[in-house]
Amino acid sequence: MFTINPFAELSATIPGGVIQAYVILMILLVIGGTLFDVLHKGSARYFFDNWSRTQARGGRPLGGGKIAALAVQTAAVDVLTSAEFCNQHRRIAHLLTMYGFVIYLVTTLVLVFGGTGVSGLCIFLWYAGALMACAGGFWFWFFIRVDVLAEGHSPFRLVRADLFIVSLLASVTSGILWGAAQSMGGGALAVGFLILYVGASTVLFGSVPWSKFAHMFFKPAAALQKRVEKANGTRRGLPAPADRPGTLGSSRRLPQNY
Amino acid sequence: MPTFVYMTSCDGCGHCVDICPSDIMHIDTTYRRAFNIEPNMCWECYSCVKACPQNAIDCRGYADFAPLGHSVRVLREEEKGTISWRLRFRDGREKNFVSPIRTTPWGSIPSPAELPRPSDAMLASQELAHEPEALKIEGGLPALTPGRLQPGFREGL
Repeated sequence: MFTINPFAELSATIPGGVIQAYVILMILLVIGGTLFDVLHKGSARYFFDNWSRTQARGGRPLGGGKIAALAVQTAAVDVLTSAEFCNQHRRIAHLLTMYGFVIYLVTTLVLVFGGTGVSGLCIFLWYAGALMACAGGFWFWFFIRVDVLAEGHSPFRLVRADLFIVSLLASVTSGILWGAAQSMGGGALAVGFLILYVGASTVLFGSVPWSKFAHMFFKPAAALQKRVEKANGTRRGLPAPADRPGTLGSSRRLPQNY
Repeated sequence: MPTFVYMTSCDGCGHCVDICPSDIMHIDTTYRRAFNIEPNMCWECYSCVKACPQNAIDCRGYADFAPLGHSVRVLREEEKGTISWRLRFRDGREKNFVSPIRTTPWGSIPSPAELPRPSDAMLASQELAHEPEALKIEGGLPALTPGRLQPGFREGL
C-alpha cells in the first residue's frame, strides 16, 4: 500500500493532464480565496492600522535589524513550533496536523507532477503526512475542540467554524482510503473514495473565504505584532511584568468543567 | 459593552468560557474564537481578562465612572503569584499596582469534600461553617440578649 503511487495508477483511466489541471485549479482557488479574504475582512488593513497605532503610542523605536530578528523569532518559535498555544495538547495536535498537512501537500505535488520517476520514499511520506494530519485532526476534533471541551457540546455538532477541519479530515482520510483501494486493485470502492477525495479537497481549497484556512497568514502577523509591542515597551497597554517574583505562584491549570 | 475580545490574539482556548461567572463568554461558531454573547449582563468582574493566557480580552468601562480615553489593563502571572494593574487616565496620568494573588500556597485550602462531615447539632446551629474558630473568637459568637437592649426595645419584645 505504501509503495504504490495512487495518482500514477489513476492516470491509467484519467489523463495525467486533467489531474494536473485540477491541482493547479486548487492552487489558484487558495490564492484567489486568500486575496479575497484579506480584502473582504480587511485583515491586512487591520494589521497595518494596528502597527501605526503602536508607533503612535510612543514606544522605543526599533531598528530594521531588530524587527527582522523579531520576524525570525516569530517564524522559528510562533509559527514552526506553534508556541502561542497555552494548552500543550492543542499545541501537539496542531503541530501534527500542520506538519502532516504540509508533508501531504508537498508530496501530492511531487506525485502528481513527478511522473513515473517518483521515489518510494515520497509515496511513503504522502501516506505518513496524511496519517499525521488524521492523528492531530481527529484528536482535536473529538477531545480538544473548545466548544466540546469548555462548552460541553456534542463532538458531532457541526458549525461553520468546523468547515476547515472537517474538510481537511475528510480530504486526508478519503485520500488514504482511496490510496489503499487503488493498491488493492481499484474497482468500485476506489471510485467511491476518489469521488469523496475530490469532493472534500475541492471544499477544502475552495472554501478559503469562509473557512479559517487564512489563519496561516494573519496569525503570524498578529504574533509578530505582539513581539514588536513587547520589544518596544508598549505591550498593548498591559502593565510591565512584576519585578519581584513571589513564592506562592503556580503553573496555569486547564479548565475541567466537563 | 464591557468585555470584548481581540480576535487576532485569541486562540480559542476556552479559559474565559470556563471562568465567566455570568456564563456569557462563549465560543463563536464562525471563527472559533471567544466572544461576549451578552455584554449588558457583564458586571466587569475582570475574571476573563485575568484568565486569558493571550491577554486577548479587554474591558470598556461604563462612561459614567470610566470616561472615554481611559484604559484599565491587567496582567496575571501565576508563576510569580502576582497580579499587576495599569490604569491610564484620559489626561495622561498613569498608575501601576502589583499585588499578590493569594497569601497561602496553592492547594493549601481544603475543598469541602476533604473536611469532616458536620454533626447534626452543627447543622442545626445558627453559626456558619468554621464559625467561630475561623473568626478567631474565643467562647463563641457574641449573642444579643434582651437584657442588653435599650428599655424601649426590651418592652417591645
